[in-house]
Amino acid sequence: MRHRLPELGSLLAVAVLLSVLPFTLSDYNISLVAQVGIFFVAVLGLNILTGYTGQISIGHGAFMAIGGYTTAVMSRDHDTNLVVTMLMAFAICFVVGLLVGLPALRLSGVYLALATFALAVSVPQLPLKWSKFLGGSGGVQSHRTVTHLWLYGAAWIASAILFALAWLILRGRIGRAFRAARDSEIAAVASGIELPIYKTLAFGISAAYAGVAGALFVMGTNGFAQPSEFGVFLSLQLLVGAAVAGLGSLWGILAGAAFVGLLPTVSGSVPVIGSAHGRNVVFGAAVILVMLLLPEGFAGLLTRLRRLARA
Amino acid sequence: MALLSLDHARLRFGGIVALDDVSLEVADGSIVGLIGPNGAGKTTAFNAITRLYRLDSGDVVFDGRSLRRTRPSRVIRLGIARTFQNLELFPNLTVLENVLVGAHISTRLQREREQKRQALETLADVGIAEHAGRPASGLPYGTLKRVELARALASRPRMLLLDEPAGGLNHEEVDALVGLIRRLRDERKLTILLVEHHMRLVMQVCEHVHVLDFGRTIASGAPADVQRDPAVIQAYLGGEIAAA
Repeated sequence: MRHRLPELGSLLAVAVLLSVLPFTLSDYNISLVAQVGIFFVAVLGLNILTGYTGQISIGHGAFMAIGGYTTAVMSRDHDTNLVVTMLMAFAICFVVGLLVGLPALRLSGVYLALATFALAVSVPQLPLKWSKFLGGSGGVQSHRTVTHLWLYGAAWIASAILFALAWLILRGRIGRAFRAARDSEIAAVASGIELPIYKTLAFGISAAYAGVAGALFVMGTNGFAQPSEFGVFLSLQLLVGAAVAGLGSLWGILAGAAFVGLLPTVSGSVPVIGSAHGRNVVFGAAVILVMLLLPEGFAGLLTRLRRLARA
Repeated sequence: MALLSLDHARLRFGGIVALDDVSLEVADGSIVGLIGPNGAGKTTAFNAITRLYRLDSGDVVFDGRSLRRTRPSRVIRLGIARTFQNLELFPNLTVLENVLVGAHISTRLQREREQKRQALETLADVGIAEHAGRPASGLPYGTLKRVELARALASRPRMLLLDEPAGGLNHEEVDALVGLIRRLRDERKLTILLVEHHMRLVMQVCEHVHVLDFGRTIASGAPADVQRDPAVIQAYLGGEIAAA
């Protein structure tokens, strides 16, 4: 247990910090940090898939859309408790993830990335097709809206629960099977690992996480689910977040989530190039810089620092 | 009594006949060598036994049971574990984790701590316990070969398929390997089929040798007899020299 102390310590520190923060921040900043919490859930989910099983997805925005619309529609039509809609988003996206994971078994690498990209492009079009039920381009307005503080609490409590869940899943036999499938399919099969089961399972779990993030995301936009919010850029943001966090590790997720959750907002106010139009330039430059300096993301940086500390 | 047998196995890739009516038997508890020049079909035979390749005709029979309908991921559950010619490790996992993956089929209901204890024992058994916490990438080749061996043993197999276990090892390491293979067979009641180019190892450790050339069996028998077989000498030295 002793070698786990640094991890437990830093978890505790983050938890304490996050519970104190709302008392010191302005309402606007609370909403920003809540945004980080939402990305935390989504990036964590994507990392389970891409980082642990090596299946690249540029389509997780689509699962967020499904989760988000679940919340908006259930709230609009049945005034369902928003926490309950998060659970429903989790369950529905888990099933959808499994279904997407099945055909994905035949694809890998760039081809899988492209297939999931198609998902990111097409799913946000569905509300236009079924505009009666899904509100068309105008979107769906939830019956209830939440305060920034409520969202903050919901996002970070969900983050904590889902982080613990991910840790439990990944620490033992299942996590090793995921990583084994990523490192060598042939040896994984020879070791008796049923690749189809583990790869689709990872897809399901990962999509379920994205679904919860999507539900929170919609609550964060005043309960308004709109197709344009779930475009391809969102999917790419998640992938950037996972890469910045460090693929295949849980310990950099916070940094990855903060990076994609805050930077698009913060970069608008960078002097000279930052502006409403320049912010994507700043975001892009920051991504390139981080990838050059930290090829293994923040988790890789942490590993290196720990090795230095031990030496 | 044969634990494993190939029964008139045929397999072709396009125009190339990789296995041409190969039949071989591995007696329960024996150590059998599968040798032959490069491209003779040795690794192909391994891949056919472990169901990575599907035979065009013929059969693989293990413990009286045909593997024709067995999925590759089920082979290890029947008790057949293997190593790979060019190492198929999980480079981003630690040595210990590699062995734990090897025990995948038997650890569903086992506590993590117990799994780790057994994996460490297996590592100690093949003499690399001190590397347990290291990532599997970046260790010396000979050590990595042992990691693969430990991973295969972790499933507690009845039969071990070793693909060039002496590949890349120096003289001393080969001698140590001879002792290790014999000891593992005796202690763990294993049956071993090994592909090997290193003749000294084959002659020292195998009780029976099966020789392939261009996918066909050209000799099968005791090591000393096979070594003297003209067909084997010709296959290894080439037609011109033998004819001269």
